[in-house]
Amino acid sequence: MIKVDHISKTFKVAKRNAGFSEAVKALFNKQYEYVKALDDISFTINEGEMVGYIGPNGAGKSSTIKILSGILTPDCGSCDINGRTPWINRVKHVKDIGVVFGQRSQLWWDVPVIDSFELLRDIYNVPQIKYKDNLEELVTLLNLEEIIKTPTRQLSLGQRMRCEIPASLLHNPKILFLDEPTIGLDAVSKIAVRNFILDINKRHKTTVILTTHDMQDIEAMTNRIILIGKGKILMDGTLSDMKKVAAVDASIDEAVVELYKQYEI
Amino acid sequence: MRKYISFFRLRFSTGLQYRSAALAGIVTQFIWGAMEILVFRAFYKADASAFPMELHALSSYIWMQQAFLALYMTWFLENEIFDSIKNGNISYELCRPINIYNMWFVRSVANRLSRAVLRCMPILIFASFLPAPFGLSLPKDLNSFLWFLITMLLGFLVVVAFCMLIYIVTFFTISPQGVRMVAVSMIELFAGSVIPLPFLPDGIRQVFELLPFASMQNVPLRIYSSDIAGKVIYTSAGLQLFWLITLILVGKMLTNKALKKVEIQGG
Repeated sequence: MIKVDHISKTFKVAKRNAGFSEAVKALFNKQYEYVKALDDISFTINEGEMVGYIGPNGAGKSSTIKILSGILTPDCGSCDINGRTPWINRVKHVKDIGVVFGQRSQLWWDVPVIDSFELLRDIYNVPQIKYKDNLEELVTLLNLEEIIKTPTRQLSLGQRMRCEIPASLLHNPKILFLDEPTIGLDAVSKIAVRNFILDINKRHKTTVILTTHDMQDIEAMTNRIILIGKGKILMDGTLSDMKKVAAVDASIDEAVVELYKQYEI
Repeated sequence: MRKYISFFRLRFSTGLQYRSAALAGIVTQFIWGAMEILVFRAFYKADASAFPMELHALSSYIWMQQAFLALYMTWFLENEIFDSIKNGNISYELCRPINIYNMWFVRSVANRLSRAVLRCMPILIFASFLPAPFGLSLPKDLNSFLWFLITMLLGFLVVVAFCMLIYIVTFFTISPQGVRMVAVSMIELFAGSVIPLPFLPDGIRQVFELLPFASMQNVPLRIYSSDIAGKVIYTSAGLQLFWLITLILVGKMLTNKALKKVEIQGG
């Protein structure tokens, strides 16, 4: 179970106007602005739930994921994930979670994917028998037999993403954080990834938290939606709740635009 | 432990892939070594008694230095580590059940070792066939050879522990450029890789010999060429051990501090 309680996080950002004279001025008197990336965030997510975490760019989605996965330390607030605080018990906590950052790669660049998988096996201390089972399951579900023998640098984006997700699942995490897992994928790969995540959730009761800008991802995979904007949680409910609030009977994309307008984010 | 070993294996085998780089390295180091010896020979011809080491000892020093350059060159830093801090890829390393400091330490050790293994043999063999006093001569006795091996390992670890500090400082400065340039050019002189430390004037030399930089290549290379012998061996090795422990402790402390305030750049 994930319990987030009144978490805030501020970033210090250097700001200046355009132009040379402004740059010189900033040399002597640097102006900073404090940006509230997260402002008093609270929510609870139960085991086995699949939650879509949405909001416009810069709303604080990735910051939340990074706090939940123990990478960032918030300014204040508490968070309890299966009895642990992520940023305090980082090493123990991360054994139980899997994270995919859609814009980054966790596979080692110049070795075949399978070598990366084996290194991850050792990093997470996965027993050989378990590793074999997991690998077989993941490889068949995503059709990876051929791909995993290729060095990562020679994979296409879609192929790579199809390897990134199983890489985060080799150690049977109880919780899976997906930060824009379908970014830049073609229709075929997108659907493969979606079905795969659904399947994993059903088979292993894995809790999944998903951030995305693709509303079809949300529609296909999640029931519950948390909407965040300017660091605040604006809505927490089901897809139909969301459509009700938006008060338009249109596609989900339009409903989201309507919501963003209503909340002025 | 197993995770670090298998990480070592992966890095080591990746390093062995670059054969043409190794060949180019061997040639460069051989020419560089020869050039240095020739320059020193010109000085020695003028007045051999003005120098603190004999030419044959100096030649051994230079050849060993060139052969094991990959272990001791502080400017051989890993761009991948800097990049991961700079562009935020470090977030993946942070969500693994590993100690970042240990992982990067192992990684640097593996990288340097794989390079040294590929390069040292040809240079050592070739240099030992050169005529005296230009070639590589054997150490005086077995004892000093053993101490050479021990201090070589210690010195190598001191180098890695020091480079770790450069990586960690990047957490605080965002860009590694400045720290890197200052640190690297400073160490080149202080460690005795430009000219061996005994060549420095009295007063400065004694100070330099206490600094952590003198605990890098200076000790093993001078033990090999018998410039350090007797009791001084033990104090030098002790000093190496002291610096190794200090640098690791400082590095670990700084890492913990950095991770508390880490901001992931690039979203």
